[in-house]
Amino acid sequence: MKSNTLRGQVAVAGIGESNYYRHGQSPDSEFKLALQAILAACDDAGIQPAQIDGFASFSDDRNDASRLAAALGIRQLRSATMQWGGGGGGCCAAVANGAAAIHAGMAECVVVFRSLAQGQFGRFGRTTGINTISGEKAYLMPYGVLAPPQRFAMRVRRFMHEHGVRQEAMRAIAMASYHHAQANPRAVMHGKPLDEERYDHSRWVVEPFHLYDCCMENDGAAAIILVSQERARDFKNKPVYVLGAAAGSGFRAGADPHNSPHYASANFGTLAPNLFRMAGIQPQDVGVVQSYENFTGGVLMTLVEHGLVDAQDINQFFTLDNLIAPSGKLPLNTSGGNLAECYVHGMELVIEAVRQVRGTSTSQAEKSDIALVAGGPMVTPASNLLLGSESVL
Amino acid sequence: MSIKAENNYYLPAGLPMPVSESDGLSEPFWSGLKMERLRVQHCSHCQTWQFGPEWLCHHCHRFDPEWEEIEPKGTIYSWERVWHPSHDALKSHGPYIAVLVELPHAGNVRVVGNLLGDPMQEVIIGADVVGIFEHHLDAESPYTLLQWQYKAD
Repeated sequence: MKSNTLRGQVAVAGIGESNYYRHGQSPDSEFKLALQAILAACDDAGIQPAQIDGFASFSDDRNDASRLAAALGIRQLRSATMQWGGGGGGCCAAVANGAAAIHAGMAECVVVFRSLAQGQFGRFGRTTGINTISGEKAYLMPYGVLAPPQRFAMRVRRFMHEHGVRQEAMRAIAMASYHHAQANPRAVMHGKPLDEERYDHSRWVVEPFHLYDCCMENDGAAAIILVSQERARDFKNKPVYVLGAAAGSGFRAGADPHNSPHYASANFGTLAPNLFRMAGIQPQDVGVVQSYENFTGGVLMTLVEHGLVDAQDINQFFTLDNLIAPSGKLPLNTSGGNLAECYVHGMELVIEAVRQVRGTSTSQAEKSDIALVAGGPMVTPASNLLLGSESVL
Repeated sequence: MSIKAENNYYLPAGLPMPVSESDGLSEPFWSGLKMERLRVQHCSHCQTWQFGPEWLCHHCHRFDPEWEEIEPKGTIYSWERVWHPSHDALKSHGPYIAVLVELPHAGNVRVVGNLLGDPMQEVIIGADVVGIFEHHLDAESPYTLLQWQYKAD
């Protein structure tokens, strides 16, 4: 029978990451970090790198699939896909593209990865050195709307205005990430706790974003290995299955500058129903969430658009207690994520979702058979992913 | 109204200068501002307003939708006060305000600009604002920005 779904068809067999560094601190090049993450994922799965036959990435990753295939001595490259769009919008779509290649019989073992050495290649938060500008940025940069914090703050401000959201809701998201990072020795902010006072007194980057509302910029790489469900039980670790995935955005979400009709949005309005339909589950079945935090405000929108929180309840729901493992109402960003673990454009969030379903997180949620990842908020295309254990299938 | 005096810009010189794309898509917008005219696309076939510009109308798919001059007025749809200097030109400048202005008389298209005046002033979503043309005639490639200020009572 023909099945137009990824549900249960593909499993994550391995996960791996490089060491995570503050930006500019990696002793190794970006390409070397990518290789380290891929080999770590192979080791975690217990497979030989030569078995890889596909690569999937996103955000214009600079580490070319053919160079990786040559470097790793791969016998046969069968699939090489790149998801359009920047930031973390593609972190889940890259998994979906790799999974789709496997399900369609075009590859058997696909690595999904992202490597980012901002010391080597420069930061997103700096825009000096541009003389003239045209296109979308021409309508923004001359007015000082230059880097990502400034490009997204007005969306969040509008969302706060429409729903009466208070700053404390965003603070809770930042504090949950830092709370979880204290248990995670991989996290760049491990050993650097955050409390309410520190958040409140931190400098504004751009209102309504304090310093701690903004993602870090880092050097690091992360990778996962996908195989078909037929092979899922052949590896060292408990298999984690793709339950569903979606990517894209709604009507004219890409109407620049800032002319998206549904402006105060993370762009998951059209994706979330498709995701849950494919997975055959309801929002209330989700036990733990990894929600991409370019900025904390995007997380608010993301959870609302996935039906996990009602917009009118945001101020009540977003408290530290509700967002932390093991027993908060909805454990969120349990590795520390982009705010406090490492900014690998969300691949670290995908890996954390796998760890939650395996039961091996450093901040394990009580209910973790179904884990949601949402990549991108406020960018287009955005993407999302549901992972689950065999018991869910 | 316009700002003509050199060095009387809302933000310091040195930020990226806007120019039309090599294919000329936004040329009518930028040349319009130089003449103190705000122009956005308005399809004469289906009356759809459109901004930023595109080579076709997103509603009826007619190519080259017409540019129409509209009054530079609108309401504040959202705003931000920027503190962190993401560009060397802003290093010693201090905070500034960017606003997203909705143009109800042009199909609610929106444009981004700065809100002139005290950078610490209160910004009110929904407030009426009027456009001010800020000419950068001394720039290597002269251009004009459209800035905003609260409408006088």
